[in-house]
Amino acid sequence: MKFGVVQFPGSNCDFDAFHALRNVMKRPTVMLWHKDHDLQGVDCVVLPGGFAYGDYLRVGAIARFSPLMQEVRTFARGGGRVLGICNGFQVLLELGLLPGAMLRNKDLKFLCQHVHIRVEDAKTDFTRAARKGQVLRIPIAHFDGNYYAPARTLRDIERNGQVVFRYCEADGTVTAEANVNGSMGNIAGIRNTEGNVLGLMPHPERASEALLGSEDGRTIFESLILSLERRKPARRPAAGKAARHD
Amino acid sequence: MKVRILVSFKDSVLDPQGQTVTNALHTMGYDAVMNVRQGKVFDLDLEGVTRKEAEALVPEIAHRVLANPIIEKFDWEILKVR
Amino acid sequence: MIDKALLDQHNLTEDEYRLIVELIGKEPNLTELGIFSVMWSEHCGYKSSRVHLKKLPTEGSRVVQGPGENAGILDIGDGQVVVFKIESHNHPSYIEPYQGAATGVGGILRDIFTMGARPIAVLDSLRFGPPDDPKNRSVMEGVVSGIAGYGNSIGVPTVGGEVYFDPCYALNPLVNVFCLGLADKDKIFYAKAEGAGNKVLYVGAKTGRDGIHGATMASAEFGKETEHKRPNVQVGDPFREKLLVEACLEVMDRGIIVGIQDMGAAGLTCSTMEMAAKGGMGIVVDLDKVPQREIGMTPYEILLSESQERMLLVAAPEKVAAVQAIFAKWDLDAPVIGEVIEGGRARISFKGEVVVDVPVDAVVNLCPAYNRPIVAPAPPPPAPDLDVLPLPADLGDVFLKILASPTIADKQWVFRQYDHMVQVNTVFLPGADAAVLRIKGSKKALAMTLDGNGLYTRLDPRTGARIAVAEACRNLACVGARPIGVTNCLNFGNPEKPEVMGQFEQAVTGIAEACRTFAIPVTGGNVSFYNDTEGLSIHPTPVLGIVGIIKDIRKAVRPGFRAAGDTVVLIGESLEELGGTEYLKTFHGLEAGAPPAIDLEQEKLNQEFLLDSIEAGLIRSAHDLSEGGLAVALAECAFHGQGQVGCAIDLDDAGRDDALLFGESQSRIVVTCRRANVAGLLKGAVAAGVPAKAIGRTGGTAILVRRSGREILHVPVDEAFHAWKDSLPAFFKVRT
Repeated sequence: MKFGVVQFPGSNCDFDAFHALRNVMKRPTVMLWHKDHDLQGVDCVVLPGGFAYGDYLRVGAIARFSPLMQEVRTFARGGGRVLGICNGFQVLLELGLLPGAMLRNKDLKFLCQHVHIRVEDAKTDFTRAARKGQVLRIPIAHFDGNYYAPARTLRDIERNGQVVFRYCEADGTVTAEANVNGSMGNIAGIRNTEGNVLGLMPHPERASEALLGSEDGRTIFESLILSLERRKPARRPAAGKAARHD
Repeated sequence: MKVRILVSFKDSVLDPQGQTVTNALHTMGYDAVMNVRQGKVFDLDLEGVTRKEAEALVPEIAHRVLANPIIEKFDWEILKVR
Repeated sequence: MIDKALLDQHNLTEDEYRLIVELIGKEPNLTELGIFSVMWSEHCGYKSSRVHLKKLPTEGSRVVQGPGENAGILDIGDGQVVVFKIESHNHPSYIEPYQGAATGVGGILRDIFTMGARPIAVLDSLRFGPPDDPKNRSVMEGVVSGIAGYGNSIGVPTVGGEVYFDPCYALNPLVNVFCLGLADKDKIFYAKAEGAGNKVLYVGAKTGRDGIHGATMASAEFGKETEHKRPNVQVGDPFREKLLVEACLEVMDRGIIVGIQDMGAAGLTCSTMEMAAKGGMGIVVDLDKVPQREIGMTPYEILLSESQERMLLVAAPEKVAAVQAIFAKWDLDAPVIGEVIEGGRARISFKGEVVVDVPVDAVVNLCPAYNRPIVAPAPPPPAPDLDVLPLPADLGDVFLKILASPTIADKQWVFRQYDHMVQVNTVFLPGADAAVLRIKGSKKALAMTLDGNGLYTRLDPRTGARIAVAEACRNLACVGARPIGVTNCLNFGNPEKPEVMGQFEQAVTGIAEACRTFAIPVTGGNVSFYNDTEGLSIHPTPVLGIVGIIKDIRKAVRPGFRAAGDTVVLIGESLEELGGTEYLKTFHGLEAGAPPAIDLEQEKLNQEFLLDSIEAGLIRSAHDLSEGGLAVALAECAFHGQGQVGCAIDLDDAGRDDALLFGESQSRIVVTCRRANVAGLLKGAVAAGVPAKAIGRTGGTAILVRRSGREILHVPVDEAFHAWKDSLPAFFKVRT
């Protein structure tokens, strides 16, 4: 199996995601350049954090038009697994692969700190290594992480069980205080209805090594690896270009 | 042709920037201000486009790119026809 | 026609003008005058400081590059180097806090990646007026969000720094930004234009009229009218800078360029002239080829613009296409605007006419140096007579007040706005004694810290400066790092005032002495004079940035108490000193007395002993004593510990209770160790000639200090924590 990390010109957590997947999780990982049309036969696309195209207009707004993202859209619609972290989540929202939008944090400040998130659904491809109700300690670092969805959309998301992570206290209680950015329903991460696309604001790649203070983020990568390695080779594009392993 | 597009949050969406400005104005004693909504302005220079074409093109650009229809609405006007 | 008024506008004296005429053998035209004006400004030319800066030690076995380049370079072994520097952006940050601070970050980042290093850490040292004044708060909010807005976008973590408050910074805030980059030793680049016939390429943002004369602005005193200089302030574009970082590093990694320089202060002028001068060459530039953002710009404006995010590169003609291809990948144009020539002259043309023709050596290297008049700094206002100074009835109350004083209080409100974790190297988050970053693929780690106490330096510049060096090294020692090199940012008032030059001379002497004691070279830095607004000077504020190495990251030590039941040991000696303390300032409203004395040799012994003990695995936590003394240090150990472990301390020193708790005697560190290791640790201290004694035990839910059996401080950790934690955010509460 192989991971691909998308590299927009303003991505700045691209190497961090690459490091976590390749050096910590020890899985083959390639970088995917935003101008390319080639997903290099990867089994999972990771959209990393950063400011894709400067994000001056609106977070993730321009990234969705990039050549590579057209491929990612097709890949996702075909059931390929896509993980969007922070800016990657914002791009997935703009792309329409996930419902809703992001507003500025409620206090109008960039926030970089460890938060606790509760696993709401441990059956997804992104959480199967976790327990339902498990609390993960993972850092956030964003200005626009205040999740918003129109009332009807929100109702659907909740009804379909698409909320995968919620901001919570260390003991798992979901409170207003724990909801640092003001997200609706304390939402920190959601999946699409099919369950192959997940976006979350916290950065699991920053919580993958004990030396850096938390290993809780590994749970997400481990889950992905579990699901991908068991079901391989589910939907690899037939006779695609020779995958370049490095 | 010069065109101005105004993008702002839908009324149903909380606008913390606008709210902060409202509060600041109240602190400064401008009590007549009841509410502020903040938005973005885009001035576009268009070339080789008729008025009619602009009427189709501008909303398309605003809808597809400049505004996120989930949270934002837009208005536009022609500032100058050459 | 060049007259006195025109010279005044250019901050040049008549003597300097005569020298220019003599050096270039003609009367300069207006454009040439503008060039000399910026290149011979205090900011670029170091006119007033050069004679004194020579005193600083710059040699050392690790030094790859000392002062004089964009940044200093030190060898850290394994084929790697660190490239680091600190720069001030004080004046722009007062005029427009957000953009001033943002472009300050942008500028220092360019200094680092220009040399082939990937920036991996930013720290900043900030000074503001007290936050109870809304004007000061708005400057602070702007500066902090400017640093965040730029640094966070680029993806370089802001891992630490310091924030002080004092009324002297109200009209003249200090924004000093430090950046450190990591590079392979064999991939360092310099700002040199070599090889006649090589092409000069311009990369980055188009040139506009922004920031013209920023360098001269940083070289003159502020008055009310400066408020109207707003158009002078440059606007930062972090996204473009990110593209530049990646593209430039890629071009350098491929080894297809000869030299590279960023366009900082004095823009295109400075970069072209300096590159030519450093390569011992001349340069021709065609200004019509320079990408311009505005219509109708004059040569004067194009040459002196300080538009941000621009770089100048020199490449061999056959490599130009390859260089341009890499920039195109990052959506950047890289037009050729000139050529390197023999002969040491800069010839710049505009619309077919030569508009500048000067020898680069005169512009870059022959700026006069001044040994300005000096008077010894006035002695500090005498310390209050300790026999008369009333002893507060409730020291617990004083303690809470000091913890809540903005300078001491928790700075999380600031640091949470900075992305301090991107690049996944940050081992110690902001709040530790020093920032600690791992080096991927190595067990080594880097530690860095910024330090400077303006009040100490105002009261006694030489002692204050020595303390700044000593404390920065002590911060490093507390995490287990040995110092390897220094950069400094010297923020002072108007150098034409003899008392300011006196402070400067004394402070530089103090820094030099301390650096010699610690055997650490100064590899560069920045001097910021004219920090005067409406005739008032700031405290003389040297800020020291010191970098250290931890041999084994697994042995690094944090400040917080680890668990109940450990023994608390105080290294160093407590004297009855109250001069210059936060306690006198906060509680008695006095900025007076001599700052604490410092014995550099003893300081070094104490630090060496601490480092040896950490490396031997004896130390569980370590925290240095600084502003607020022992009581504040104990509190911080409790706050940073797991589960807010308290402590019970028994002292038997002589002297006043307040001096014991809040005195700021130097060279002291509070450490904890397991009970079984205490005897060994203390024995080692005796052998090393270091005063150390066991003063108590961790545990409980309060910070309890007894003196010869009598309780002098007893405050619940939780209460102290909230006083410290809630203070700063309360000033900035969003009122909804």
